[in-house]
Amino acid sequence: MRYSGFSIIKQALTGHKSWPKAWRTPDPKPAYDYIIVGGGGHGLSTAYYLASVYGAKNIAVLEKGWLGSGNIGRNTTIIRSNYLLDGNVPFYEMSLKLWEGLEQDFNYNAMVSQRGIINLYHSDSQRDAYARRGNAMIMNGADAEMLDQDALRKLYPDLNYDNARFPIMGGLAQWRGGSVRHDAVAWGYARGADRLGVDIIQNCEVTDFIMEKGACTGVVTNKGKIMGKKIGVAVAGSTTKVMSKTGMRLPIESHVLQAFVSEGLKPIIPGVITYGMGHFYISQSDKGGLVFGGDIDGYNSYAQRGNLPVVEHVCEGGIAMMPYIGKAKMLRMWGGIMDMSMDGSPIIDKTGIDNLYLNTGWCYGGFKATPASGYCFAHLLANDEPHENAAALRLDRFSTGAVIDERGAGAQPNLH
Amino acid sequence: MIINHPLLGPRDASEFYYIGDAAMIMRPDAKPDDHSAETMAAFDSYQHHRDNPHGFHRELWYHEQGDRSWLIVTRNTTTHEITKVELARDVKLKGGL
Ligand SMILES: Cc1cc2nc3c(=O)[nH]c(=O)nc-3n(C[C@H](O)[C@H](O)[C@H](O)COP(=O)(O)OP(=O)(O)OC[C@H]3O[C@@H](n4cnc5c(N)ncnc54)[C@H](O)[C@@H]3O)c2cc1C
Repeated sequence: MRYSGFSIIKQALTGHKSWPKAWRTPDPKPAYDYIIVGGGGHGLSTAYYLASVYGAKNIAVLEKGWLGSGNIGRNTTIIRSNYLLDGNVPFYEMSLKLWEGLEQDFNYNAMVSQRGIINLYHSDSQRDAYARRGNAMIMNGADAEMLDQDALRKLYPDLNYDNARFPIMGGLAQWRGGSVRHDAVAWGYARGADRLGVDIIQNCEVTDFIMEKGACTGVVTNKGKIMGKKIGVAVAGSTTKVMSKTGMRLPIESHVLQAFVSEGLKPIIPGVITYGMGHFYISQSDKGGLVFGGDIDGYNSYAQRGNLPVVEHVCEGGIAMMPYIGKAKMLRMWGGIMDMSMDGSPIIDKTGIDNLYLNTGWCYGGFKATPASGYCFAHLLANDEPHENAAALRLDRFSTGAVIDERGAGAQPNLH
Repeated sequence: MIINHPLLGPRDASEFYYIGDAAMIMRPDAKPDDHSAETMAAFDSYQHHRDNPHGFHRELWYHEQGDRSWLIVTRNTTTHEITKVELARDVKLKGGL
């Protein structure tokens, strides 16, 4: 069924009894043309674009848990394309453009809300760095605007402007940035893919790969062996765990990032805003909760929970930027495991093993990439050639030196 | 997390700086003019590739807000349980990992 105003009225008048299931629960077939390992945002969007744009058929998504159990359902939902480097900006700008048409495309309300993102600056040199970034964005077709303090005060009158140590001087705004309802993205892509015939198989964990003559020809799962002509892995924080079965060692470490939600409040934060003198970002959900986060905990972790020093650190950043949130009570906090790469940028590439393709390295910024990542990964799977906007996101860029290091921090994942 | 420092006893992990896999103390070596594929691959791997295990991990923690020694901590990455703490210099002087 196509969702529409008409379908809502019809269902309302008949007691909401005949809404069909949003997607089927099929048993796996013995073989597929395409197997996508991982039913997070990236795996689901890959399957969706394979079917809708590249006309592929006979596709399965294998998900170890339930849809939305990974980072796609754990992130702070910020979308933006305010990057600096060549290999990244066209890719993230492609993603933002896809977000803009997504809900019509997959016929699902993902609550894409372009409420604007502002990065604060606190010194002359930081302002200059943001001006440079804004120019790079504009040159790549993204939008950017420098705000001085007066312009900022109109939107956010009560920030800690006159702090003696870290005065807030202004910000770099990207008005097309914003937030999206994260799990609706998973559901929307899942439903969209299912309607195009993709089998979405939950509670199906891939435990090994089937190799024949150096090529990957299928996967071993808790639901038996499933053969595949092409296999794409998009398992985010579990990348090393899954790919180690092939013997590959990857430029990836798994780290935990925490997120926090406060009790519901009246509207006080109109957009997304990030602090420039510590790692802190915040927005307000439509229900009124303040949604915020900061740094990763910093040590390798596969535990989907973090430790208290980072909680303290994140809250300090928040209070330094907007002291008026200090009385709000925190409702929930959780952690997700991120695939931190050695230069802080993602990888969408072949693996060197025939028929096996890899999508990883999303660090804590992979939610905004969900549409473009799926699109470009589908392109690679279908054509064996990288999409032009993802051509720099190569696995071998570390050995060739063509790294994309936005922070200039070097090969240490916890610094990105 | 509490790290049981071999010299100073139990210390809060927030006193430390974390850098990653202890394999970093085993840097490959080569003559300055050796650009063979093997040597380049060894350095590439040292710099960029990690085991990133699910389970026990030997890793480098620097006691930045303490005695500034480098420690090798053996920690379970799924539970945060720490089973062993050694001075990195002791490990290295005994021939490495
Ligand atoms: C707290 C937090 C805040 C974040 N905030 C933002 C943000 O504001 N903006 C932003 O852009 N990004 C953000 N991110 C990052 C973003 O959420 C991730 O980069 C992105 O979701 C990762 O891609 P994914 O959706 O495919 O991952 P996931 O949803 O984690 O999908 C991977 C899936 O693979 C499955 N899997 C694992 N192993 C196997 C196996 N063996 N077999 C089958 N399936 C398997 C997992 O169960 C999981 O469902 C945040 C992340 C966290 C944790």
